[in-house]
Amino acid sequence: MAVKLRTVAPNLAIALVALLTAAPLVWMVLVSLMPKGTATSFPPPLWPDHATLANYRELLFPHQSLGGATSYKVFPALLNSLALAVLATLLGLGLTVPAGYAFAKLRFTGRARALQALLALAVVPAQVAMLPLFLMLKWAGLVNSYAGVLAPGLAGVYGVLFVRQATLAIPDEMLDAARIDGASEWRVFTRIVLPLMQPVVVTLALFTFLASWSDFLWPLIAITDQRLYTLPVALAAISREHAQDTELMMAGAVITTAPVLLLFVAMQRYYFTGVLGGGVKG
Amino acid sequence: MNRQARAGLVFTAPVLLATILLLVLPTAGALLLSVTDFDIYALADLANLRFIGAGNYAELFHTPSFWRAVGNTLLFAGLGVPAAIGTSLLTAMVINAATVRWKSLWRLLLFAPYVTTLVATALVWRYVLDTRSGLLNYALSGFGLAPVAWLENPRTSVPATLIFIVWKAFGYNMLVFTAALSTVSTELQEAARLDGAGAWARFRHVTLPAIGPALLLAAVLSVANFLQIFTEPYVMTHGGPAQSTETVLYFMFDQGFTWWNLGMASAVAVILFVAIFALTAAQARLGRRYEWL
Repeated sequence: MAVKLRTVAPNLAIALVALLTAAPLVWMVLVSLMPKGTATSFPPPLWPDHATLANYRELLFPHQSLGGATSYKVFPALLNSLALAVLATLLGLGLTVPAGYAFAKLRFTGRARALQALLALAVVPAQVAMLPLFLMLKWAGLVNSYAGVLAPGLAGVYGVLFVRQATLAIPDEMLDAARIDGASEWRVFTRIVLPLMQPVVVTLALFTFLASWSDFLWPLIAITDQRLYTLPVALAAISREHAQDTELMMAGAVITTAPVLLLFVAMQRYYFTGVLGGGVKG
Repeated sequence: MNRQARAGLVFTAPVLLATILLLVLPTAGALLLSVTDFDIYALADLANLRFIGAGNYAELFHTPSFWRAVGNTLLFAGLGVPAAIGTSLLTAMVINAATVRWKSLWRLLLFAPYVTTLVATALVWRYVLDTRSGLLNYALSGFGLAPVAWLENPRTSVPATLIFIVWKAFGYNMLVFTAALSTVSTELQEAARLDGAGAWARFRHVTLPAIGPALLLAAVLSVANFLQIFTEPYVMTHGGPAQSTETVLYFMFDQGFTWWNLGMASAVAVILFVAIFALTAAQARLGRRYEWL
């Protein structure tokens, strides 16, 4: 009996916690499918009896309203979020992967000092730099531009430290052997290091993409033009005017969060390997 | 210069330059701005800018709403860090139990909130925590409990927001702790058990020293994160009710981008920076003393 309890209790506990954790996300999807005004009755309905995609249609496409044709501009926001996340990921990887490898495996003057500086900078909260950065961008004419939104992400302190940590595991003998065979440093990096680092690069790409997609405070500051809104900024703006439209807002939440959730589920192996094991095939 | 030195320079220069231009320079700029009266007039014409020394800091010191924001932020961190770390560690230990099946499924489900978009799930929880039609009060009514005005009462607004924050964040550290727990030597555990050590003694003397570094790192990062709360109150409560969820960062955003008092807002940013830096340094020292780092 005691043995049985020790088997059943943890399984039951974790199933219950998982159920509670997933409940708000499931509820979000169900409510997004309900007709307007039905979710706010009490007791709250848990199942859409008359499931509809009307909320999604209203958010994504121009529609007729009291004053004529209007649009929530959610579809343009979706495109902005996608473009910015892709750009942030490509730029971020290009900047941090070679640097992280260099800090782990190449001997050059100033390496230790630069690394120490990066470690110290990791403590600096991004928000401290935001006000002057906004002024810099304003004077450079980059407020309300993709470049302005992407700018702070280029200071890839975390990315460099992450790649460095993961790359330390690559044996030096492997690189030296290639050098003795006459390979250039660039060739060593692209032909030997990058294939070994593939899981690390994918993990970092995922992290960068998700961070860019979900970023809120900086895009809120750097963009005032509605046409350049990212999904989170658009969603927050709509929610300030349509707080009572529960079903509409849940459809917006699904549109915003479903792409990253699906991406995560599809790439979970990379995600977890990266977080758990550093991910370099030794 | 040999080949490696040249490659090292070429590989690291771009990101170092970007970091200097987009992080170091603006951070130094925040220090400079904080000793000026940079406001909407200076934004229009820099000739209106004046050096005022510690004037912003002195004014903040006498601003009750700033102290309110500091208090709220400390409340968020003081309640939130133990709640988040505790939830992560507890779920990690359960998931790590030898008898638990379908580990990868549970891990996926428990981690999912972490990757969701903050603004979107903050909105979801605003409705989950709704007093009249919210899911949470509905669930409580099943146990015969009266509805709680979660986000509408200044006394419950911070804990209510924390339910959402912990829900969203605990999966990450759970994953980190699961990895750390799997390094705990099973032989040592068995030896301790044979020596008659109870569950708590085994946790305290075998498990805890092994996961100490992971725990400390998670605590440092959590404190830093909790001091930077902004989006949650912005979306869920607009800083209310009665300013009860207005954080330091919210105050900074308001000063800077609603009122364009960029000098004053920079002073807030500098104070936040110093606080986070001091806390991180203190925790690192603590870690060294116990030889966890």
